[in-house]
Amino acid sequence: MSSVSPLLFLILVPILSAVLVMAGANPRFTSILGAVLNVLFFLAVAVFFNPAQAGFQFVSSFPVVPQLGISFTLGADGLSLIMLFLSVIVTLAAVCVARAPLENARWFYASILLISAGVVGAFASVDVFFFYMFHELALIPTFLLIGIWGSGDRQAAAWKATVYLATGSFILLLGIIGLYLIQPEGARSFDLRQMVANAQAGQVPDSPVVYLLLLVGFGILVSLFPFHTWAPQAYASAPAPASMLHAGVLKKFGLYGLIRLAVPILPESVQEYAPILLTLLACNILYVGYCTIAQRKLDLMLGYSSVMHMGYIFLGFVAFNQFSLTGASLMLLSHGLTIAVLFALCGEIRERTGTLDFSELGGIARVTPKLGLAFGFAAMASVGLPGFVGFAGELLVFFGSFASGEPQMGFLDGKEVFGFNGYQIATICAVWGIVISAIYMLRAYRRVFMGPLSDRWSRLPDLAGLPHAAIVILIGIMLFFGFFPQILVNLVTPALLLP
Amino acid sequence: MIPPVALEICVVCLGIFLLMAESFSFKSNKVTLAHGAIFGLVCVFILSFFIETNPVAMQDSGFYVVDGLSLFFKRFALLATILTLILAIDYLPIVQRLVPAERPEAGSGEFFILPVFTCAGLMWMASAADFIMIFCALELVTISLYIQVAYTRRSLASLEAGTKFLVLGALSTGFFIYGITWIFGMTGETNLAVIQKNLSIVPEANHTAILFGLAMVLVAIGFKIAAAPFQFWVPDVYQGAPTPITAFLAVASKAAGFLILIRVLQPFFVLESFQAKLILVLLLLAALTLIYGNLAAIPQTNFKRLLGYSSIAHAGYLLVGLAAIGDAFAGRAVVFYLSGYFLMTFLAFLVMVPVTKATGGDDLSHFNGLARRSPGLALAMLIAAASLAGVPFTVGFFGKFFVFEAAMNQELYLLVLIGVITVASGFYYYFKVIRAMYWQPAPEGCGAVAVSPLSKLAIGLCTLLILVLGFYPQLLIRFLP
Repeated sequence: MSSVSPLLFLILVPILSAVLVMAGANPRFTSILGAVLNVLFFLAVAVFFNPAQAGFQFVSSFPVVPQLGISFTLGADGLSLIMLFLSVIVTLAAVCVARAPLENARWFYASILLISAGVVGAFASVDVFFFYMFHELALIPTFLLIGIWGSGDRQAAAWKATVYLATGSFILLLGIIGLYLIQPEGARSFDLRQMVANAQAGQVPDSPVVYLLLLVGFGILVSLFPFHTWAPQAYASAPAPASMLHAGVLKKFGLYGLIRLAVPILPESVQEYAPILLTLLACNILYVGYCTIAQRKLDLMLGYSSVMHMGYIFLGFVAFNQFSLTGASLMLLSHGLTIAVLFALCGEIRERTGTLDFSELGGIARVTPKLGLAFGFAAMASVGLPGFVGFAGELLVFFGSFASGEPQMGFLDGKEVFGFNGYQIATICAVWGIVISAIYMLRAYRRVFMGPLSDRWSRLPDLAGLPHAAIVILIGIMLFFGFFPQILVNLVTPALLLP
Repeated sequence: MIPPVALEICVVCLGIFLLMAESFSFKSNKVTLAHGAIFGLVCVFILSFFIETNPVAMQDSGFYVVDGLSLFFKRFALLATILTLILAIDYLPIVQRLVPAERPEAGSGEFFILPVFTCAGLMWMASAADFIMIFCALELVTISLYIQVAYTRRSLASLEAGTKFLVLGALSTGFFIYGITWIFGMTGETNLAVIQKNLSIVPEANHTAILFGLAMVLVAIGFKIAAAPFQFWVPDVYQGAPTPITAFLAVASKAAGFLILIRVLQPFFVLESFQAKLILVLLLLAALTLIYGNLAAIPQTNFKRLLGYSSIAHAGYLLVGLAAIGDAFAGRAVVFYLSGYFLMTFLAFLVMVPVTKATGGDDLSHFNGLARRSPGLALAMLIAAASLAGVPFTVGFFGKFFVFEAAMNQELYLLVLIGVITVASGFYYYFKVIRAMYWQPAPEGCGAVAVSPLSKLAIGLCTLLILVLGFYPQLLIRFLP
């Protein structure tokens, strides 16, 4: 065993906090302390991170099953550093926003902390096997969080999400085993670095079956179009901290995995099957987008919108060039922050009013101006307004994807042609998707915060205390990186291993 | 150094001694017997680390082998019996209520002693390398289990279970003997090692007859391991039998069945023509068992019955591993899976017995609100269910992963696909107990569930092992033959 990676502490802090909480420590205080500690740990790691150096840093490895080349290897490069940042900051916001439920607050906080440990572990893993395992750590806590403390049709939502995610993850497991088995014998390993090295040496046959298994497995986890039906309901029913972590961070696992695994190892399959993925992601953006417009409740609308936005990131992935992949990576962060704020605010509104039905709400910005302002910021960030980090991400994705594929415009073989290829059509759909998201976000804002104020809501308290601070911090980060996206681009660029 | 047979002899002597002690001592506390049995078995377990691994005297006889596999399974059987006895101590009040006797404590002594004899049979079976020897050991196990399944005589379910088990057990014994005679007729031998040698000189025309005999043997073993389509006795017997015996059946009897399967198939895999056919049979058995076990488990409402179906389902995953036996890692994957299955099934039963005692039943609804009554027990059951379903960071996940890895390596894609679909249904029915414990409110006026210290220790150990092996399986793989 080499030296201990500082990333190990990032995983251990939430686990130990969860154990302490279960053992009887004050749940809320311990969780917040753990989350703050983790943010500080992360900042320490980030300070020592050298952005100029390619490859993984802070690597430590501990063999677990040497016969199969499985080892517990931690490490971080620019991309995972961004995801780790997202994880710790959203965890902090989630525990701050969490209200202690009437009974069994201990399980509630322990579940949130376990999800957090899972996402941190997944993004800090260099070993593909542990990358997968850590993601699954969230499965049971999510089941409990939705089932016990959820709202609405929580039981159905919890079952559906659990069975869907379990199926998806086992399909993904097959994909990962396949990825392992196409490695040349003798150099087989689950270590990402070894896999990429094998691929760069040209020793890995590009297997479409493995790619499709990965795509379906990750696709279910990310709620890619026909596999998305579990997500909106689950997010709508889950308590706010669970939705924040799940929609904000955990769901990014799938796209992160595709960028990490498929891009360097299976580039040909990605391009070969691009038409299928382009069709699906266009459905994600347009079909789910229209479904979002049709929603009558804020929580379901946010659930659908988070599914819809996955389409943009998929577009960035499948377009497969430096611009689009960088944009996709930026969108991982921006969407995570945005949807976390939106779900946090949604939870705050539910806490105050007990309903999220558009027809019952209205005008509450008059009594809760801070809440209204924060929602306005987050809604604009979600649409992709310049000044927020999402804008930079979307712009890069669109530039990248429009330039991808065979050109169909201009002079080809001496003849003037004018047409679009699949990537360009998908890009046009995606741009139209921005209009769709503007429609539903503005409409939601109008229905909830504008208009006449009903007497029922005339005494609503405004945002205050820790939840307020957490939301302000998240919005601040969105604005900061919106003005300085180059910091992220510099981090991501060496991590993208385009063949 | 001790000769290896001494282990079985010690266990048999322990059983006889306990029987004598029960008859001649007037002490009315039968739990002492159980403690004695547990102590004795622990001693034998410790002894098993000091035996000669390769005794000269045993090499030529051929009917008794001592290799890593057999030693591993001997220890497996010993531990399973110890855990069964711990369960049985907790279960004693229910036994006493359901056994007609003049005094409540009369007639419950054998409940602790019979498993010891079963254990001896299991240990012999682990070393058996001759059809006759396998048969004798198998009968010792089965006959003592017949009595144990039907032990609670006032319970109709237990009697029904006993009858079913007896009739179908006898039937499978018949198949076994019949198959052996065919194989003996064609090869002139009952010793597996010699059969392997003789196979190459048996004329091609007789291969069909050998295959027929082997098929009969496979049917009989199919009964023991509860592989579809020979699984129909399982749900009723598991539900009706006293809970400790159900656990014993589910773990020890099944593991023994798989051990025999490995031993019996080994010599026949040498011939290419046999190998292809046998693997095809294993594939079909595995696919059927997976589909039947998992789908039939979905609508169950009784937890014991659910575990019965789950044991069928797990037999399916184990068969997937056996069908992939060509892979270098597959053998270890199967043994690892069995060990994981041992831990998680016993953990489930260890939690179930006190809950049954406190609530008076073993339906899923009897687990309602357990998390509010006894958070520790509920957490243990949560871990057991998660492991049975195959959630990562538990031993159950690694078991499934190793088996699937071996199967993918052998290109059994269709089977793996079936496996994945059935895993998904497994998540549904195992999570039903988690739902009952955590989502549902506890019935009015219930306090914490009482657990004996010995059970607490066993529960703690099983939970810990499941989690530790779920992170670091190498701890066990290192010991695998």
